[in-house]
Amino acid sequence: MRTDRIVAALLAALLAAAAAHAAEEGAGAPAAAGAPEAAKLGADWASWHANTNVTDMPSVQRGARNFVSYCLGCHGLKYERWSRLGQDLSIPPDLLEKELLPPGDKGTEYIMTSMPAKDAETWFGKAPPDLTLMARARGRNYLYQFLKTFYVDPGKQTGANNLRLPATAMPHVLSELEGLKRPVFRDVMTRGEGGKFSHEQVFDHFEMIAPGRLSAAEYDGFVRDTVNFLDYVSEPTQAARRALGVWVVLFLLVFTWLAWLVKREYWKDVH
Amino acid sequence: MAVKTASGAPAALPAGAEAPAKRGFWAWLNRRMPIEEFVATQVTGYYAPKNFNIWYFFGSLAGLVLVLQLFSGIYLTMFYKVGEATSFDSVEYIMREVDYGWLIRYLHSTGASAFFIVVYLHMYRALLYGSYRAPRELLWLLGMCIYLALMAEAFMGYVLPWGNMSFWGAQVIVNLFGTIPGIGPGLVEWIRGDYGIADATLNRFFALHVALLPLALLLLVALHLVALRQTGSNNPDGIEIKAKLGPDGHPLDGVPFHPYYTVKDVVGIGVFAVLFAIVVFFVPTLGGLFLEAPNFEPANPLSTPEHIAPVWYFTPYYAILRAVPDQRLGALLMLLAVSAFIFLPWLDRSPVKSIRYKGWMSRGALTLFSVSFVALGYLGLQPAEGLYVMLARIFTVIYFLFFLLMPFYTRLEPVKPVPERVTYHAH
Repeated sequence: MRTDRIVAALLAALLAAAAAHAAEEGAGAPAAAGAPEAAKLGADWASWHANTNVTDMPSVQRGARNFVSYCLGCHGLKYERWSRLGQDLSIPPDLLEKELLPPGDKGTEYIMTSMPAKDAETWFGKAPPDLTLMARARGRNYLYQFLKTFYVDPGKQTGANNLRLPATAMPHVLSELEGLKRPVFRDVMTRGEGGKFSHEQVFDHFEMIAPGRLSAAEYDGFVRDTVNFLDYVSEPTQAARRALGVWVVLFLLVFTWLAWLVKREYWKDVH
Repeated sequence: MAVKTASGAPAALPAGAEAPAKRGFWAWLNRRMPIEEFVATQVTGYYAPKNFNIWYFFGSLAGLVLVLQLFSGIYLTMFYKVGEATSFDSVEYIMREVDYGWLIRYLHSTGASAFFIVVYLHMYRALLYGSYRAPRELLWLLGMCIYLALMAEAFMGYVLPWGNMSFWGAQVIVNLFGTIPGIGPGLVEWIRGDYGIADATLNRFFALHVALLPLALLLLVALHLVALRQTGSNNPDGIEIKAKLGPDGHPLDGVPFHPYYTVKDVVGIGVFAVLFAIVVFFVPTLGGLFLEAPNFEPANPLSTPEHIAPVWYFTPYYAILRAVPDQRLGALLMLLAVSAFIFLPWLDRSPVKSIRYKGWMSRGALTLFSVSFVALGYLGLQPAEGLYVMLARIFTVIYFLFFLLMPFYTRLEPVKPVPERVTYHAH
């Protein structure tokens, strides 16, 4: 038994495991799109996957429309220019100017919200964050879960609360689309230190109390498109990166094969 | 039996003797600079053991990554704007608006992790085959200096994007110096140049990252290679090939570095480049291992990330730091864990160098050490609570026992007989 061989195998296994972990992170597990609605609404929210695909151009385009209509009022994309958005999303310049660009803005300008940060701080206690990199900082699943777990909370100034980001300062701006839902809590008894029992309210599921303009499936699509757009905007080069990568890896494989042939030829005379 | 060189001529012939007879530019040049002589003695005339296995690719790969980091780094410097108010934005500018800026940035960020992967494997090779043993102690010590310089280089480079993990990582690491009795607090302030991690800190880390440390790395690598040329490479059998010379004065078990190991190393570079490209083009963050998610949020002294964890290559030591309840003792153990490798040449008392001929105790010790190092690396990425801390303590003890008990188990165990010549099977 040779220790060095075993160690080499172990290291290879570790590398493979790391790669598998990364692949899983990138792809996201298949999500059960309609399933949660059938059972208890939102009971399994923490395991929801955004399951978006940034090469699905119509979806990213719809997401851009959603963003401009519902998010841009408060959130900017300060690292992305309008012209870049038009180029990457194949939106013709005249359409971009007519439908998306705020009046008076030039295409070369960055996508900024018109809400002054100082006012926002007074109104919400905290300026709404720039969203350019949010999909990278928090992940797509986080954004998806955030936009789908708003609920009515009369105790909050905005009237809304969130499961993904409890006590969020953000009002439920999509409520006219989604409708309103309230949480149903379950009473859980836990035994704390010293053997004392205490009651705890744990989220169980949602109950719709008012319908929105969109059906549950339509709202789900709306959120997915928006998350998909935010994923694009967090790294606009990602599609080009993967496309180029295929050719680079193919070239390197051929190169390595040729290099190996040369090596084999030279080493023939070593005995 | 002798091995032919590529040209077929005996390679070690001093070229300087016949140079004056030659004409033309090449001869003119060689009369003024010993290029031919250098190639003849150091490249085509440098004999390396013929039985190198896969573990021997990582030295040349480390050199390759160093060059990659230098060039991608210089390119990044052309667009990066150091400063509290500009660093984060300029990195995003590189990622989005500079032509192929994203590629250069990912090459550099992936290169940082790749550097540690190949250096750790390169060091592990030395542990396996006793490459740190006499007469290669100085070669090993120079390698350790490279490793320490690389750690400093990587740490300061990680601060430059000025993301939130950059900020909090710097906070944690720099504060470790505060545990030094007496001078600690003053020293921390001197390192930061401010009362907190701030613009002044960022600026000086930039200076050290792009000027001082790369220069130090280049110098140390040059010395590492000079020392290697003096002693010659060790090999998986841990025997000296210079002890058995052929009639031509060259080692019987050696082959000229060029062309044999140059063509072989190119294959290694190819395989490495494929894996490297897969990361750069398809998973540049490697699920948060190579680029951490909180670093896509700008540095914010008011918002601490949920778990502060360094990049994976520091996590074994980070786990040791957190395993100790007393911060001062933890920092001391961390320092000892990093520097323990320095003492290996004198801790190993085995009559043989290679793990192939060492006994079961050495094999067991090295296996346990490997498991501990990887496990500590994993634990350093987890929150410091409950079972994780307990495990980190156990593996920390094993980590140090590997070094502390080495003088005993290497002397006590029975070893296998070492062969006269290297083990080599022609393909």
